[in-house]
Amino acid sequence: MTLVLQISYYLSMLSFIVGLKYLSSPLKAKRGNIIAAIGMITAVLATIFSVYLGKSLNLNFILIILAILLGTIIGKRMSDRAEMTKMPQLVSYFNAMGGGCALLLGILEAQQIHQDSRTAEIVLLIAMMIGASSFSGSIIAFLKLSGKQKDKKSIFVMLLSRSILLAMIIVPVLVSFDILNLSLLQEVAILACLACFYGVVFVLPIGGADMPVVISLLNSFTGLATALAGVMFHNIIMIAGGIFVGAAGVLLTLLMCNAMNRSLLSVLAGKFKKSSSYGNSVAKELEIQVTTIGETASKLAFANKVAIIPGYGLAVAQAQHLCNQLEIILENRGVEVEYIIHPVAGRMPGHMNVLLAEADVNYNKLKEMDDVNDEMNSYDVAIVLGANDVVNPAAEQDENSPIFGMPIIKAYNAQNVIVVKRGMSNGYAGVENKLFEYENCTLLFSDAKIALADIINELKSLV
Amino acid sequence: MEGFTIEAIFYFITLCVFLGVEIISNVPSILHTPLMSGANAIHGVILVGAIIVMQRIPSDDYINLSIGFLAVLFGTLNISGGFFVTGRILAMFSKKKKA
Repeated sequence: MTLVLQISYYLSMLSFIVGLKYLSSPLKAKRGNIIAAIGMITAVLATIFSVYLGKSLNLNFILIILAILLGTIIGKRMSDRAEMTKMPQLVSYFNAMGGGCALLLGILEAQQIHQDSRTAEIVLLIAMMIGASSFSGSIIAFLKLSGKQKDKKSIFVMLLSRSILLAMIIVPVLVSFDILNLSLLQEVAILACLACFYGVVFVLPIGGADMPVVISLLNSFTGLATALAGVMFHNIIMIAGGIFVGAAGVLLTLLMCNAMNRSLLSVLAGKFKKSSSYGNSVAKELEIQVTTIGETASKLAFANKVAIIPGYGLAVAQAQHLCNQLEIILENRGVEVEYIIHPVAGRMPGHMNVLLAEADVNYNKLKEMDDVNDEMNSYDVAIVLGANDVVNPAAEQDENSPIFGMPIIKAYNAQNVIVVKRGMSNGYAGVENKLFEYENCTLLFSDAKIALADIINELKSLV
Repeated sequence: MEGFTIEAIFYFITLCVFLGVEIISNVPSILHTPLMSGANAIHGVILVGAIIVMQRIPSDDYINLSIGFLAVLFGTLNISGGFFVTGRILAMFSKKKKA
């Protein structure tokens, strides 16, 4: 039986590798997901068989099967019901489940561990703590993305999180040197509480727009917890799966940070580098040109080539379906329409692509920023919907700007730029947008969804 | 893995780290969301650990059995939710390609 188990684990490890590899290629992604899922089922079935083969089936077995059935049904229903805009929350939620599983494993294993080895105990404690932090952190991220929890930035929270982190290191050290006399179970209980609390104060100060980075990071935390639990059980598939996700998650996190030109540390500290002098010196009135729905509609109608630059605001306004309608109307008039997607548009990298795909936008019309930036001037009109910082030329020109160096869509090179936004408020980075002062730029003050609906109506009346 | 030394595990982990980074290093940004979700599903392999622990619990230890039940449930949710969500996201893309 061990041989069968080993072979199954080996095959599922292969399937994880191939699955992840395929998931990072557009044509094979769907197959990759299925391959990884088959590998997972293989690993789980092999484990159940190896554990219960030849033994009488007891209550434990029934509970395991029940829990698996229940989990599968709930997971399926939750993922079927959620809207595409809610995907980041859902990923965060399922990640919390993985972390919670690691936490519970730690509690159970602490009562069963028999070998008198402090190293094994430390591995257990770390796996449990990472799992617990990831669990509570993901729950907070989930609540934040669902709009049920606001950011809490204060020195107090920062100090609290540092001191909890310190306590989480000190307690096991003290126990190791017999300075603190705790049973393993007591130690687990104390550290589990600390770690859960740490997860909360870790995520609380982080800004809403940085949530994708945090989810990705927590994702790799859970991977790490899984791998450590694997070390605990001497289980090769847990180690492999956990480490793949842990490593890939860190890389993905860094890719996201790069795209936003932020260091991971500044994301985690929950702040932008605030140069206060910068904010004051440029606090003059911007000279802007305001446009109307009618003007916008006619500009769009008589253009040859239009770029739609969607951002976070579009997703919030749930206006992606209207975006598609606008595209169809314009195309019927013979206007070429393309979408330009900034890598971090939406709430997760690639999220905007998913949202537009859901709204039936043709995959081939989605252009990546780097592919079109050099030919921006071929667009007659660039309409910016709910995006701000990603089109701010200050990122290229103003060395003092907090967003300096961030890659942007060079919308200002288009013949005409129309920015649809609700008010003169600054973007997430809190930086004034130099683009608004450009001669070829006009602003349309409105909610993205209302504006789109109005433009569409206006276009329909234009014959 | 039983009988493997801690050194062997250490070597194995190191190789896995590099492999994990390498296999996704060329991912285009449009696939970040499904990839994150797919990776999320894969760490649900912790369910294997939950099953191993669960079967060791004495059948009359109801408190720990309920904790174990929750652990298996959480692990399964992580897996099923992760793969189903990834499947749904990817279905959005492929629907377009055929059209």
